[in-house]
Amino acid sequence: MNHQIDRKRFERAYRYMLTARILDERLAQLYRGGNVYGGVFLGKGQEALSVSVGISLDKGDVFAPLIRDGAGRLAFGETILDALRNCLGSPLGPMRARDGNVHRGKPREGYIPMISHLGANISVVNGALMAKRMKGETKQIGAACIGDGATSTGAFHEALNQAAIEKLPLLLVIANNQYAYSTPTSAQFACKELSLKAQGYGVSTHDVDGTDLKACMTTLEKAAALARAGEGPQLIVAELLRLCGHGEHDDAQYISPKIKASKVGRDCMDEAKKTLLKEYQYPEKDLDQWTTETTDEINQAIRQVQQEGGPDPFTHNWKALATRELCEPLGSSTL
Amino acid sequence: MSITYLEAIREAQAYLLRNDPSVYIYGQDVGAFGGAFKATKNLAKEFPGRVIDAPISEDAMVGSAVGAAIEGMRPIIEMQFADFSTVGFNQVVNQAATLFWRTEVPCPLTLRLPSGGTSGGGPFHSQCLESIYARFPGLIVCTPATVEDAYSMLIESVMLNDPVIFCEHKYLYFHLKADSLPQEALPIGKARIAREGRDMTIVTYSAMLHECLEAAAEMAQDGAEIEVVDLRTVKPIDTDTIIASVARTGRLLCVAEEWPWGGVNAEVISRVVAEGFNLLDAPPQRINAKDTPIPYHPDLWSVHRPTAQSIVATARQLLRN
Repeated sequence: MNHQIDRKRFERAYRYMLTARILDERLAQLYRGGNVYGGVFLGKGQEALSVSVGISLDKGDVFAPLIRDGAGRLAFGETILDALRNCLGSPLGPMRARDGNVHRGKPREGYIPMISHLGANISVVNGALMAKRMKGETKQIGAACIGDGATSTGAFHEALNQAAIEKLPLLLVIANNQYAYSTPTSAQFACKELSLKAQGYGVSTHDVDGTDLKACMTTLEKAAALARAGEGPQLIVAELLRLCGHGEHDDAQYISPKIKASKVGRDCMDEAKKTLLKEYQYPEKDLDQWTTETTDEINQAIRQVQQEGGPDPFTHNWKALATRELCEPLGSSTL
Repeated sequence: MSITYLEAIREAQAYLLRNDPSVYIYGQDVGAFGGAFKATKNLAKEFPGRVIDAPISEDAMVGSAVGAAIEGMRPIIEMQFADFSTVGFNQVVNQAATLFWRTEVPCPLTLRLPSGGTSGGGPFHSQCLESIYARFPGLIVCTPATVEDAYSMLIESVMLNDPVIFCEHKYLYFHLKADSLPQEALPIGKARIAREGRDMTIVTYSAMLHECLEAAAEMAQDGAEIEVVDLRTVKPIDTDTIIASVARTGRLLCVAEEWPWGGVNAEVISRVVAEGFNLLDAPPQRINAKDTPIPYHPDLWSVHRPTAQSIVATARQLLRN
């Protein structure tokens, strides 16, 4: 069923996945060593889907990734340095230490930073696409990523319906990773398949095996082409398993061994590696070399960010409005 | 020629649509129908593609406005009633209000909230929610009380590079008329002395301004000179103008249609007590609506919110203190 994915494109996708995976592993180590403020949230098991979204987008498109989209973020153009700066609280990071970990983005570049309220960024992408249309920019598309849990929110339903009414070029990508924190899908929805939710709104759907990079790339490329061609919003549902806890504070003991042993529990990295070696005939030493190079690059970036230090609360610009003269004076009643 | 408060809002939007291609209006029934109150009457026809009907999805309406603002647009979102904005609350306070702080990318959007009670409105078509929004950093909250302010403050709100909660009062839509639209205006953030006096300061805003002016006129017959301050903007509050007025009068009464717990009255009194305690000749007082949901029947509603009568009664008591 897969159409042929170009060898170089597959390699590119794999290397983003690899970078995301190593970055995650290093962040987990830093977290365990007490070197991270707040939580660490990994994308283990979701890299194939995530990178396929990011790699399907062009400059000028809009991307609202979620928690487990490290690979997609890199593919959309995020640098390792920006990712690390945000996770380690550097004032030089994209959120300038005002928000951390996976809450990062560069709205001016179409990269929408997530808030913690699930489903809330879908309509933000809708609005960006409506704006582009009003400005006469009709070639761009947008993608919003969510998990199975977010499909229960009102924001999801309102935004999906809105995108359908406005016929927006939206890719709404659901990583059905079987658990929303500890809640299994049986307690999250009662429909047979999540894609049924989109059909109710008149939205086209695509189901894909989220552990299969090639299938993910094929599906996302097709969906993106449809959206770009004016076919309206496309909902993509990928079946996969989160291969870690919700965050590194969570040992994920609730994940059923049966699911782990099933096809959905496969590690997309292992599967992609097999494809590289067998189908695309890459020598194993190439893959080893990529791992070494990427690890070195990440370690160097970590050292740099750690040397940058944290924000200075005394010189920090404590203004919540762009119109500075309309900010309430600080502690006005305490002088 | 005379123009109503509601027509001023429509005219302000027409002006904005005419003069700035980044402005558009999105809300339920705002298109060909012209809005539940006709605040967008004929605008869809005059500005094709820029006055857009929304589904009944307040969350998505506000969320999309944030996305459009990021893209450089200046959306005006019409909530059919302020009461329904609670359905879009998350997008307002967590998305719009935090965007600039998080990213240094401005979020210029204006949320129009048809606010406040009218006879027969009942619990879900009468609410005043200005303090709920004022509570959150990153928002500006306007509460125009006059036709002139409805016009000039709406234009200024849309041109600001921040999210503005524009609380327009439904009671004033048809009741209030002016001879013409203003050529110049006080900026957002500045309060206005609506009536000068030296015996007491009443601080108020929105529809309550007119109850307070009526009360002040009645008390003038007894020789009491009441100064009335129209806040115009409740976030930020123009503390300087309030303190200067209290310095002249020595007495403070705050009047608001919203519920009593916390809110604008509490904030004003807190500031005056903290920054101008020595200026006070008597304990400051406040009048709000009763702490119940808003009643439907006109006889109940007429005593639920502050009125000129209840303001006069409290003000007289305060003058005796």
